Amino acid sequence: METIGAISGDDCMGSVLQVRNLTIEYGVDGAEQFRAVDGVSFDVTRGEVVGLMGESGCGKSSTALGLLGLLSRRSARVSGSVVVGGKELIGVSESDLQEVRGSTISLVFQEPGISLNPVMRVGSQIAEVIHAHRSWGWKRCRAEAEGVLERMGLSPVERIYSAYPHQLSGGQRQRIALAQALCCKPAILVADEPTASLDARSQADFLALLRGLKNELQISILLISHSPELQASLADRIMVMKDGHIIEGGSIEKLYENPAHDYTRAMLRRTTRSRVGSEEADFVLQGQFAE
Amino acid sequence: MNNAYNTALIRVRGLSKEYVQRSPLTRTKFTIHALKNLNLTLRRGATLAIVGESGAGKSTLVRCLALIEKPTAGEIFWNDVDLLGLKKDELFAMRHKIQIIFQDPTSALNPGMTAAEIVEEPLTIQGIGASDERRTRVLELMEQVGLPAKWAGKLPMEFSGGQRQRLAIARALALEPELLILDEALSNLDLANQEMILQLLRELQAAHGLTYVYVAHDLNMVEDVADEVAVMYEGQIVEQKYAPAIFNHAEHPYTQELLAMAPPLKSIIAARREWDCL
Repeated sequence: METIGAISGDDCMGSVLQVRNLTIEYGVDGAEQFRAVDGVSFDVTRGEVVGLMGESGCGKSSTALGLLGLLSRRSARVSGSVVVGGKELIGVSESDLQEVRGSTISLVFQEPGISLNPVMRVGSQIAEVIHAHRSWGWKRCRAEAEGVLERMGLSPVERIYSAYPHQLSGGQRQRIALAQALCCKPAILVADEPTASLDARSQADFLALLRGLKNELQISILLISHSPELQASLADRIMVMKDGHIIEGGSIEKLYENPAHDYTRAMLRRTTRSRVGSEEADFVLQGQFAE
Repeated sequence: MNNAYNTALIRVRGLSKEYVQRSPLTRTKFTIHALKNLNLTLRRGATLAIVGESGAGKSTLVRCLALIEKPTAGEIFWNDVDLLGLKKDELFAMRHKIQIIFQDPTSALNPGMTAAEIVEEPLTIQGIGASDERRTRVLELMEQVGLPAKWAGKLPMEFSGGQRQRLAIARALALEPELLILDEALSNLDLANQEMILQLLRELQAAHGLTYVYVAHDLNMVEDVADEVAVMYEGQIVEQKYAPAIFNHAEHPYTQELLAMAPPLKSIIAARREWDCL
């Protein structure tokens, strides 16, 4: 495996994810070519939440899949460089990727119903991930999985552990998916529209959970979402993506007060409501709605 | 707003809808009360947003309004016509005036029909116009929602999600309805398409006095479009007010909770600023 420079999981720059000139083209072998991601470069440092914001079709989900090498080589050509924890992920073998996925870089999708196995108890699905990455016996993996469930605010742990996905609510399922993603303590979590399938109450709860985890575990998150409200409440820095390019970036405050592009302005200034009350926002951000 | 603004188009009184289900394991019957003695007034030419969490009964309510679902009890009046007492042929004529657009266009469009056939079907069923007139009207409708006429022969699966939704909107507009219900219909469209559809709906409302019902789970989504907001909770309307009043002077604790759960961007940014200083 190729290692670039002296970068390790936690180098002096504190950068856990380095993306350079990432380009993703669909339509290999004569099919109509489409460049979904065009020369995207960015870094994510330790403990930082970086938002990738754009509308459907802008290339943000392709970026997520490309980072983890989840695009089929038959349908997409991925080039550039993605370095996670000192390891280059572009162009390496599937087995090398499997070693990294889930342990160093994890992904949470929008729809937890799809990423969970419907005929397997959810606890076992978490234990399975731990077993795949640690040389532990099943008993220890199960105990570890129970601990993760508890940390995700899922209780009673025994009941949740032995439940099947359909027996849980959407919010609970999304927490299971998050537990799977975080159980091996990855350096970076890629969250692709993690709250889009949840209703307002579950969204607020899930957001509070992510905030807590971020502060507690110092985990880095690449937050992919079209929603300015979600980005504003979690991301330290936001990159705006349009037509496969990152057109501008900065803090939400800077983008809101002083956007360089009309597109960014249009995205952020949709709601012009004057109803004030930062105490309301405080309420959500501090997780008053969490159980 | 036109003069007719304050007249009621639809009055709903004491509407209830119960679903009887059987538990898959014990086979015992139980009843789900989706709507409980619900009252609602739709004003002609206005836009009403129905907001509430999933499970509140929003979709059941609009399915009853669209005459797809038959309520267990209650009354729905369209001007002075009792919609629930209509005979079959009267019901057929009434469907002309009420159209509904669902959230998921993929399941709402026949996968075996071309775009043009899908938009034309309501016209054919209602027996409107000759074949070539219908054809012209179909292409005109497609252009209105931003789908080029040359795509008329495409199948739904050849369109993107946003394009499919615009196709469903073209179909709903084909009969020139008086009441258009959008059940989370714009949630999945991107900004430019949302803006285009909203502009089209605004123009139609100004020209023909259409009445709209928007269903949404998030108050932020309806702020720009609604004249009036009805908040739904556990099968009932707990508060119905003009939009500015809902956002600034919500009275019902549930409405206040909904507002607090989805604070506007400005307040989130202000709150972040305070913490980052800590």
